[in-house]
Amino acid sequence: MYDTNYHRASSVEEAVKLRSSQDEARYLSGGMTLIATMKQRLAAPSDLVDLRHVASMKGISVEGRKVRIGAGTTHAEVASSSALKSVCPAICHLAGMIGDPHVRHMGTIGGSVANNDPAADYPSAVLALNATVVTDRREIVADDYFQGMFDTALEEGELITAITFEAPEKAGYAKFPNPASRYALTGVFVAKGASGVRVAVTGAGSNGVFRATDIEIALSASWSSDFVASVAVDAGQLMEDMHATPEYRANLVKVMAKRAVAMAG
Amino acid sequence: MAKVTLTVNGRTMSGECDDRTLLVHFIRDKLGLTGTHVGCDTTQCGACVVHMDGKSVKSCSILAVQAAGSSVTTIEGIASQGELHPVQAAFNQHHGLQCGFCTPGMVMTAVDMINRHGGQLDEVTVRHELEGNICRCTGYHNIVKAVLSANEEMHGASRQAAE
Ligand SMILES: Cc1cc2nc3c(=O)[nH]c(=O)nc-3n(C[C@H](O)[C@H](O)[C@H](O)COP(=O)(O)OP(=O)(O)OC[C@H]3O[C@@H](n4cnc5c(N)ncnc54)[C@H](O)[C@@H]3O)c2cc1C
Ligand code: FES
Ligand code: FES
Repeated sequence: MYDTNYHRASSVEEAVKLRSSQDEARYLSGGMTLIATMKQRLAAPSDLVDLRHVASMKGISVEGRKVRIGAGTTHAEVASSSALKSVCPAICHLAGMIGDPHVRHMGTIGGSVANNDPAADYPSAVLALNATVVTDRREIVADDYFQGMFDTALEEGELITAITFEAPEKAGYAKFPNPASRYALTGVFVAKGASGVRVAVTGAGSNGVFRATDIEIALSASWSSDFVASVAVDAGQLMEDMHATPEYRANLVKVMAKRAVAMAG
Repeated sequence: MAKVTLTVNGRTMSGECDDRTLLVHFIRDKLGLTGTHVGCDTTQCGACVVHMDGKSVKSCSILAVQAAGSSVTTIEGIASQGELHPVQAAFNQHHGLQCGFCTPGMVMTAVDMINRHGGQLDEVTVRHELEGNICRCTGYHNIVKAVLSANEEMHGASRQAAE
């Protein structure tokens, strides 16, 4: 790892200030992507601003159907939250499938959403739940937030403080994990709520997470896994790599969507 | 250079290191506790698992400065007064190791897993929970047996005490 300077922030204001005082500074949350990347010398931030001690970025609140998950909340905390389980068990299920127990003890929702890895799990939930990404300076709706692989609407130095959403009537998530890395080879999150039916696919798109509008239309007509089976998924925009062909992924989108609907009930 | 102070196996310890020093190197090289191993470069093998503030973490992917002020337990800290921890005893009894390289991480993972599940562990859960720990020798069967047996020992004993 290249040399770096560590700073520990105790508030959102302090974190943003520390980050902006150095050109090559980066926020450090769970480090499960950033430290791993720095070890490979694929990232070399001059300064790290540790967010783990910013109390206002931690914790889950559920008021009626309104959910707020602090950006610093770990995957393990989301997976085991009984308040969240009672209104949106699908997101707990998703968090419990990320990586392994040690990764879940450190990794955070804010870090995952900021990173926007094309095979990460959370982006599909944020997009399908029509969630809002709350930052130190504004609120960004999910449809505007994700802009392609590892690309988001975040400006230089912008800090995610929370993810908020209205719990849907029904939701489900199914992923086919890459057998080695456990990231999604294809993962599908389905939700039915105030904003209609939304279906988001991760792991499969050649441009990152996307909404499967054909499946949304089918499920709006009838919420059943049989209806998903009748949809033709176009392999044209899907990823090709050593793990799977676009055609294989197109089939996985359908199979995972069916399982997600079955889970949602 | 940073001065890092943390509690390791119940004792306050400090050392000087670069900000970029990984917790596992701090533990091994500065504190001389070499039971915690490094088995990969990619945060995938789990040989380096320790507990930080009561939770299992990969010490190869945390900076020592990040851990400053926390309480860390390593494999050296779980036996008490010369008696093996029930998980260590179960690994011994069920032959849950061959070369032993993965064992410190496996044992620390098992202790965390057993604590978190409050006795409710079955084979499927144990295998799912071992996803972050790689063993090149055993084929996992005897590791799973050891974890289930230790779980029985630890929670069976507390169930008896409660009756
Ligand atoms: C072995 C292993 C397996 C994994 N498996 C999976 C998996 O199956 N599915 C999956 O989805 N992920 C997986 N991950 C990734 C994991 O979920 C990470 O925790 C996550 O992607 C990043 O979160 P973090 O808190 O660790 O962020 P960090 O690594 O600390 O940061 C990641 C990036 O986000 C930035 N950042 C962090 N927090 C904020 C914030 N609040 N505002 C703005 N920018 C911020 C950082 O500057 C950095 O660029 C795995 C990781 C490992 C090591
Ligand atoms: S050495 Fe930490 S995961 Fe391999
Ligand atoms: S016993 Fe050799 S790696 Fe597990």
